Amino acid sequence: MTAGAEMLIADVAVVGAGPAGIAAAVCAAERGLRVVVLDRALEPGGQIWRHVNSGPVPQIARQWLARLDKSGARIMPGTSVVDASADASGFQIIANSLGHAQIVRTTSVILATGAREMFIPFEGWTLPGVMGIGGAQALLKSGASFSGKRVIIAGSGPLMLPVAAALASGGAKLLLVAEQASLPAVARFAVELWKTPTMLLQAAQYRARFLSTPFSTGTWVTAAHGAGRLESVTVTNGRRTWREPVDILCSGYGLIPNIELAQLIGCETRDGCVFVDARQRTSIGNVLAVGETTGIGGAPLSLVEGEIAGMTVGSTQSPSAILLRRRATFQASARRMFDAFAPRAELRALPAAETIVCRCEDVTYGSVQRATCARQAKLYTRAGMGPCQGRTCMPGLEFLLGWHSDTVRPPIEPATVSILSSGVADNASSAFASNSCVGDVF
Amino acid sequence: MDQRRAGSELEIVVDGQRVRVAPGISVAAALFNLDILSLRESVSGAPRGAVCGMGVCFECRVTIDNSPHQRACMIAVVDGMNICTAGNS
Repeated sequence: MTAGAEMLIADVAVVGAGPAGIAAAVCAAERGLRVVVLDRALEPGGQIWRHVNSGPVPQIARQWLARLDKSGARIMPGTSVVDASADASGFQIIANSLGHAQIVRTTSVILATGAREMFIPFEGWTLPGVMGIGGAQALLKSGASFSGKRVIIAGSGPLMLPVAAALASGGAKLLLVAEQASLPAVARFAVELWKTPTMLLQAAQYRARFLSTPFSTGTWVTAAHGAGRLESVTVTNGRRTWREPVDILCSGYGLIPNIELAQLIGCETRDGCVFVDARQRTSIGNVLAVGETTGIGGAPLSLVEGEIAGMTVGSTQSPSAILLRRRATFQASARRMFDAFAPRAELRALPAAETIVCRCEDVTYGSVQRATCARQAKLYTRAGMGPCQGRTCMPGLEFLLGWHSDTVRPPIEPATVSILSSGVADNASSAFASNSCVGDVF
Repeated sequence: MDQRRAGSELEIVVDGQRVRVAPGISVAAALFNLDILSLRESVSGAPRGAVCGMGVCFECRVTIDNSPHQRACMIAVVDGMNICTAGNS
């Protein structure tokens, strides 16, 4: 082991500290298991419970965070998993913890890696001022002020509502919320909401906070324009096309599960989600998965899945019937709802040949179109080979070109050689002991 | 009101200019509040700004205290921090 790499021994390593990871860690630690939680962010809570400057923290978040504090679980903030492998005695995880190598040896792993935003590239989407919808929410929660800024939110999915509400409440001049899904599709979503009155009420409360802004269905942004930064966008509803001067465009097409670590470990995935059984077990023994990584379903579902995993990991005990019933209820409503927002076919025409699709390596759509699959595009054009490892462009390219996701190889996050070599024996690692970056990422 | 917002402002240096920012916020938020949207240059020299806000896309990389390729969205501002938005392609 390289000097400076720290080693932790655990019964359970939880990766991700959003609602699912917190619930799993709490329930496992309260059973007396040694639990380590590896989280990329500086504070636990994930994206949904991120709380700097964004008003009061929800009661349920406060309760779970307080329980986590008392549970005995060891939280490792600022910690990204770089590599993970199985051996006879369990799993070894190598992580970048605030710039230092952190090794965790553990009997079981609970994957709670959450989700990220789905982007579809369009002309001008690389201009500063164009950001994700979740991206705007994250910036807002980390202290950004959108006060006085002219903002358009364009894309798809339930996330647009709370973000529109938060931006309008924060003083942004919200000009338009454009939902690409058709009115009938959004109506189906609304019907699902009727079955869950608390969610319907919440949706109505969000809408009430930006009532003076039009919410247009069947409407999307086709291009962003500006010299050096965003100045205007082109909007269309399929019949009429117009320009809107704007400072900030928030654009995103819903959430997609982060399955890279699960793929690296070898877990079976189905339809872009980690496949789990009734006890949240993946296809690999002693590896469980919870929350959005198993399918987009929202925080209430994530919490229940986390509880089930935390209560059953490392034991033969069955989850309680109450938890299983709650999970079934949330699954039925939440996951059907998110299906209403499938991107329309017209969006496949958004990027032109010269539109940059891979933002890390500045690869154009025209050059990746010549490839027949993600692997070939990586090899011949470097698309998806930059620091984000294709997480930003590949889901969009899969939608645009019908590709399937490529296999995952370590490192799954950019890391220095000294961190990567921390998991190998002394004599081997000394040959690599340097701080240069590998993986061709920078 | 958030306690961190109520605290006194910090002084940081952005591209050689001394500026005052709220404590407890991310570097990306601080730069956004200064109306600095372009945070780095892409490999072909185009300006780029924050996109995902959660450490996934690596578009908000800046140089912090001479350390390049730091994700502005993942790091909190610290008094005296020196931030540079040139380069990082």
